[in-house]
Amino acid sequence: MNPKTFKDNDMQAIIGWILRIGVLLSMSIIFIGGVIYLYRHGHIPADYRTFKGVPDFVHNAQGIFNGIITLRGRAIIQAGIVLLIATPVIRVVFSAIGFVLEKDYLYTGITLLVLLIIFASMLSGHAG
Amino acid sequence: MMSVIVFTLIIFIGSYFAGLLGSLTGLGGGFVIIPLLTLVLRVDIHYAIGASLVSVIATSSGSAAAYVKEGITNIRLGMFLEIATTAGAMVGALIAVYIPTNFIAILFGVILITSAIMSLRKKAEHISREKSKLAEKLKLNSSFPTANGPVAYSVKNVGGGFFMMLFAGVISGLLGIGSGALKVLAMDTIMRIPFKVSTTTSNFMIGVTAAASAVVYLQRGYIDPGLSMPVAIGVLLGALSGSKILVHTTSSGWLRWVFAIVVTFLASQMIYNGFIGKI
Repeated sequence: MNPKTFKDNDMQAIIGWILRIGVLLSMSIIFIGGVIYLYRHGHIPADYRTFKGVPDFVHNAQGIFNGIITLRGRAIIQAGIVLLIATPVIRVVFSAIGFVLEKDYLYTGITLLVLLIIFASMLSGHAG
Repeated sequence: MMSVIVFTLIIFIGSYFAGLLGSLTGLGGGFVIIPLLTLVLRVDIHYAIGASLVSVIATSSGSAAAYVKEGITNIRLGMFLEIATTAGAMVGALIAVYIPTNFIAILFGVILITSAIMSLRKKAEHISREKSKLAEKLKLNSSFPTANGPVAYSVKNVGGGFFMMLFAGVISGLLGIGSGALKVLAMDTIMRIPFKVSTTTSNFMIGVTAAASAVVYLQRGYIDPGLSMPVAIGVLLGALSGSKILVHTTSSGWLRWVFAIVVTFLASQMIYNGFIGKI
């Protein structure tokens, strides 16, 4: 794509495409994980009455990764959820690139500020 | 106690209708999901908020993909206001830990009723052409396609709208909802943006706003995969059905009434259970 002719319409098409792919992919992963989870745990009682957090194997990247390899349904679902949460953030990253290509530096700055806030939120959640 | 498979099925069906109504009214699916999970299925409100947030991201991203292609969404306006909503969402998610759950339930009910009332207001389409210096500087004025060709509009009260968005972000982070109604209020009433633009742009912003608080909730163990799975899939399918209907119709008046009645009932239940400390 020629940067000189990069326009808002192109940006709209790319953003729409990213959102669609991100949602489609993450929901497929969540669905596959869900089928495995229901197959293996469908018969046990569902208990969400008291807050106990989530099991360790879906709480950190290492656990989720190991869980995916051993085909644990909830680990696969959680990976899909992480990808789903990342989808709008990836959209923001591509918006920033789009604004650079449009030579709109004001909006490049605004977009980077939004990314910075999300990043700060991620770090503060880790600390809390 | 229900088995996981029955529980999942009930949540899936409830989530589908929540997503459908949320998309058609622009209020988002979280409004029905959280009362359904907490009041009917007795799920702890922390898990309910986590699952709702995930569904909010799925809904927003799924239907925003369709709206953005139509060219109605004002991407610059959305991007600029996302500074306020993400900052607010981060604060909301961080303070949520220190707020008693029954207070969260009461606040949820109050916001729910406010949103229902606002969604019932008569929507007079106003196209503002007044020049605002800040809006011009920020390149917020734009146009949107209609059957009779593109219609240009201007944006008023940028500061007021920004402040309202900060509040919408805090509420979104605190309650795990998209706070679409507050976003539409900011754009429709304060910034005088045409209704179709404010609805789609609000929807566009909701995903990023929810992501900013979801990264906090994810690390705190609020987002349970077994619960979030049927909620996210159900709400997304409902919202996709809704967005197909919305793009092709001009009026959804009766739906607002149905939604308002459902919402008022749910809200009063949330407030009541919050006061007696059952949540």
